Amino acid sequence: MTVPGTDVRHHTLVVLVENKAGVLARVASLFARRGFNIFSLAVAPTEDERFSRITIVVDVASAPLEQITKQLYKLVNVVKISELDPRDSVERELMLVTVRADVTARSQVIELVNLFEGRVVDVGHDELTVSIDGEPDRLDDVEALLRPFGIVELQRTGRVALPKLEHDAPSLRPVRRSA
Amino acid sequence: MKIDGGRALIKALEMEGVETIFGLPGGAILPVYDPIIDSPIRHILVRHEQGAGHMAEGFAHVTGKPGVCMVTSGPAATNVVTPLCDAYMDSVPMVCITGQVPFSAIGTDAFQECDTIGITRSVTKHNELITEAQDIPLRVRQAFHLATTGRPGPVLLDVPKDIVDPKNPRSQLEWYWPTDDEVIASLPGYRPTTKGHPKMIRQAAELIVRAERPIIYAGGGILKARAAEALRELAELCDIHVVTTLMARGAFPDDHPLALGMPGMHGNYTAVTSMQRSDLLIALGTRFDDRVTGKVDAFAPEAKVIHVDIDPAELGKVRQPDVPIVGDCRLVIEELVAAVRDLLEGGATFPDRSEWKQRISGWQERYPLTYEQSEPGDPLKPQFVLERLRDNTPDDTIVVSGVGQHQMWTSQYWRFNHPYTWVNSGGLGTMGFAVPAAIGAKVGRPDRMVWAVDGDGCFQMTAQELVTAASERIPIKVAILNNAYLGMVRQWQEMFYDERYSEVYLSPDLPDYKLWAEAMGCVGMRVESPDEVDAAIQKANEIDDRPVVIDFRTDSREKVYPMVPAGMSNDDIVVDPAHGEGGR
Ligand SMILES: Cc1ncc(C[n+]2csc(CCOP(=O)(O)OP(=O)(O)O)c2C)c(N)n1
Ligand SMILES: [Mg+2]
Repeated sequence: MTVPGTDVRHHTLVVLVENKAGVLARVASLFARRGFNIFSLAVAPTEDERFSRITIVVDVASAPLEQITKQLYKLVNVVKISELDPRDSVERELMLVTVRADVTARSQVIELVNLFEGRVVDVGHDELTVSIDGEPDRLDDVEALLRPFGIVELQRTGRVALPKLEHDAPSLRPVRRSA
Repeated sequence: MKIDGGRALIKALEMEGVETIFGLPGGAILPVYDPIIDSPIRHILVRHEQGAGHMAEGFAHVTGKPGVCMVTSGPAATNVVTPLCDAYMDSVPMVCITGQVPFSAIGTDAFQECDTIGITRSVTKHNELITEAQDIPLRVRQAFHLATTGRPGPVLLDVPKDIVDPKNPRSQLEWYWPTDDEVIASLPGYRPTTKGHPKMIRQAAELIVRAERPIIYAGGGILKARAAEALRELAELCDIHVVTTLMARGAFPDDHPLALGMPGMHGNYTAVTSMQRSDLLIALGTRFDDRVTGKVDAFAPEAKVIHVDIDPAELGKVRQPDVPIVGDCRLVIEELVAAVRDLLEGGATFPDRSEWKQRISGWQERYPLTYEQSEPGDPLKPQFVLERLRDNTPDDTIVVSGVGQHQMWTSQYWRFNHPYTWVNSGGLGTMGFAVPAAIGAKVGRPDRMVWAVDGDGCFQMTAQELVTAASERIPIKVAILNNAYLGMVRQWQEMFYDERYSEVYLSPDLPDYKLWAEAMGCVGMRVESPDEVDAAIQKANEIDDRPVVIDFRTDSREKVYPMVPAGMSNDDIVVDPAHGEGGR
C-alpha cells in the first residue's frame, strides 16, 4: 500500500480523444504493442460530446512516461494529454463489494461501511453488497478491512481524476506535443 | 450532384491526383472496380495482393507521391498486411483501400469478412472504416493528408460494400469536395510540427561550430523531406563528413569527397568507426536503429547528439539527444545553415579538424571494401557482378533490392549519386520486396532504367509479379544473385552456429530461373563466368519492351563484410579476413 503522492511507479494521464468508435481500441493496442503497462483505465464522455476522456494510470516502470505520451500523441484521434500529479489532483474510484455478513457479523460490517461513508445497496440472506467511493488508497484500506469477513465479489472502476482547484500552482501540466 | 459511393471513391482518387492504382478485385470491392473502366486512372492488375502493396511502395519511394493499392476483403486484406507493415516501418506514404462486407454483416463472420481495421491497426499510421457513403470524399482526403504529411506512412480505408454499391440506397451521396481547412479541422488531434524551435537551432549551430570530430548521420528522413540539397549545403558549409544509412543511400552523393557511405551492421569500416569516435553526431531524419547503433550503450560514447526528426517520439527513444529538434528535415537543415552562417559572420571559426580528417582518410585507406576475385572455373563473385552492373548502367539508374546478402552488397558496392535511386526494405526486411517494388518504381519513373537486384530466395517469394510486368509492358530488369542459399541466414549459421547449416539450401537450378522467366513472358538469361557478365548486362539494357531476368550463378561461400555481430558494440566490427584483425 502506498501513501498518496509518493507512488512514483504510477502516473495518471488524462487523455482527451475524439469520441469515435474504435478509439479506445487504438489506445489499448498501442499500449500492448509498445509493451507499456496499464494499471487502471476509465473512459467517459466529456462535457463536449465530440470528445471522450480516458484516465489512464500507467506503470512507468514499463517505459519512460515521455515515450508513452509521445506515442499516444501519434494516434490521430488523440487530441490532448495532461499528466496529473497525484499531489495536485483529486482522484476518485468507485468500488462495489459483496461481503459475507450473517446475523452475527452484519452490524459490524455496516458500522465499517458507515465509517467509510459507504452505502449498503443490496441485502441478501447472509450477504451485503456495499458501494464505496473515495480515493483509491482509501478503497485499498476498506478492502483490507472487509477481507476478514469474506469477500464474495468485488468490482472497482479504475480511477478518474481532475486537477485540484488551487490558487497558485497550476496543477494540470499539459504534456507538450513535441520536445 | 447525386453520385454513388463507388463512383465517389474513384472520383476522389482522381481529385487527389492519383494516376495509377495497383490492385486486384473481388466480391466486396466489385462496385468500386466498375467505375475504373471509365476513369483515366491506370489500374495495374497484380497476381498477388502483396505485390500491389510493394508496387505502391516502390512507386512512392521514387516519386515522393503516395502509392495507391486497392484490394478486396478478407484474404486480400490479409495479403496486404506485409506491405503495410513494410511501409509503416520505412515511413512510405501509401493509401490502401480494402473492400469490406456490407456494414450490416460486419461482425457476423460473413463470407470473406475479417477484422481488417483490427489487424492493420498497428501497421498503419491510421486506418478508418468508412461507415456512410457521405463520408467517402472526406475520408479519402484525410487519408492522403495523413499519408503524406508529418512522418509519412500507410493509411488504410476499409470500405463496406453497401456504401459503394449503386443498387443499395445506402450508397447514395451528395458529392462534395472538402477544402484543406475542412480536412485539417476534421483531424483535431493531428498537428505535425514542421518548423524547428529557434532556440534549439541556435544551440545546434553552436555545437556544430565548436565540434572537433563531427559526423553527419543522415537517415531516410532526408529523402522523405526532400532535403538532399539542404544536406549537401550543410555538409559543405561546415566541411563535415556524412554517413548515409541503408534508408538514406543516395541522399548524399557517394562520389562527394565528404561521403563516407553506409554505417551499421554491414557498414564500411570508416562509416562505422568515424561515428564511434566522433564528438558530435548530427542525426538528421534517422532513428538510431539497432542495425546502426549496435549495442546502444557502446554507441558513439564520446559524442554529443543533435537529433532532428519530424516524429517527436523518435527523440530520446533510443539515445537521449543533447539538442532535440522536432521538425521537417529540410526546413530545419535550412535554418541550421542560416544559423551557422550567422555565427561565422559573427566571427566564429571552426576548430582545426585536420587531424580528424587524417584519421578518417587513414581508415579509408586501411579498410576499403574488398573481396577476392574468383578463380577460373569457380562461380561468380557477387561483388564482381554488382561492380559490373554498376559500371554498365546509367548513373541515374534506379536500383531496387530484396533482403539478404545481395541487399547489403548492393548498398555497399553501388555508387549512389542521386536521391531516389535506391529502393529497399530496411525496417521490416521483407524478402520478396524487390520484384514488385521495382515494377512500382518503373511505373513511377518510366524514363529511368530500373534494375532489381534480388536473391534466389527472395525472388521465389514474389516472382509471379513478372507476369504483371510482362502483360503491362513494364520493362524492369532483374539480376538474381543466385547463390543457391538463403545466403544471409547461411552466413549467420557459418559464423555463429558452428557451420551447422539448418534449412538454408535452395539449389542453384531448381527452379530453372531462365525457363521460369521465359514462361512469365520475360527474356531469361543465365550467366556463369566473369567474361559473360558485361555482354549479358548490355543485352538486358537494350531490351525495352519486356522484363529481363538474369540468373547470375554466384559463390555461395561468400560472406558480407564488415560485420558487427548482433548485440555487439560497433567497436567489435569484424572486417574482411584479407585485412587481418580489425583495429580501432
Ligand atoms: C519474409 C521473410 N522471411 C524470412 C526472412 C529472414 N531472412 C533474411 S535474409 C534471408 C535469406 C535471403 O535469401 P536470398 O534471397 O537468397 O538472399 P541472399 O542472402 O542469399 O543474398 C532470410 C531467410 C526475411 N527477411 N523475410
Ligand atoms: Mg541466396
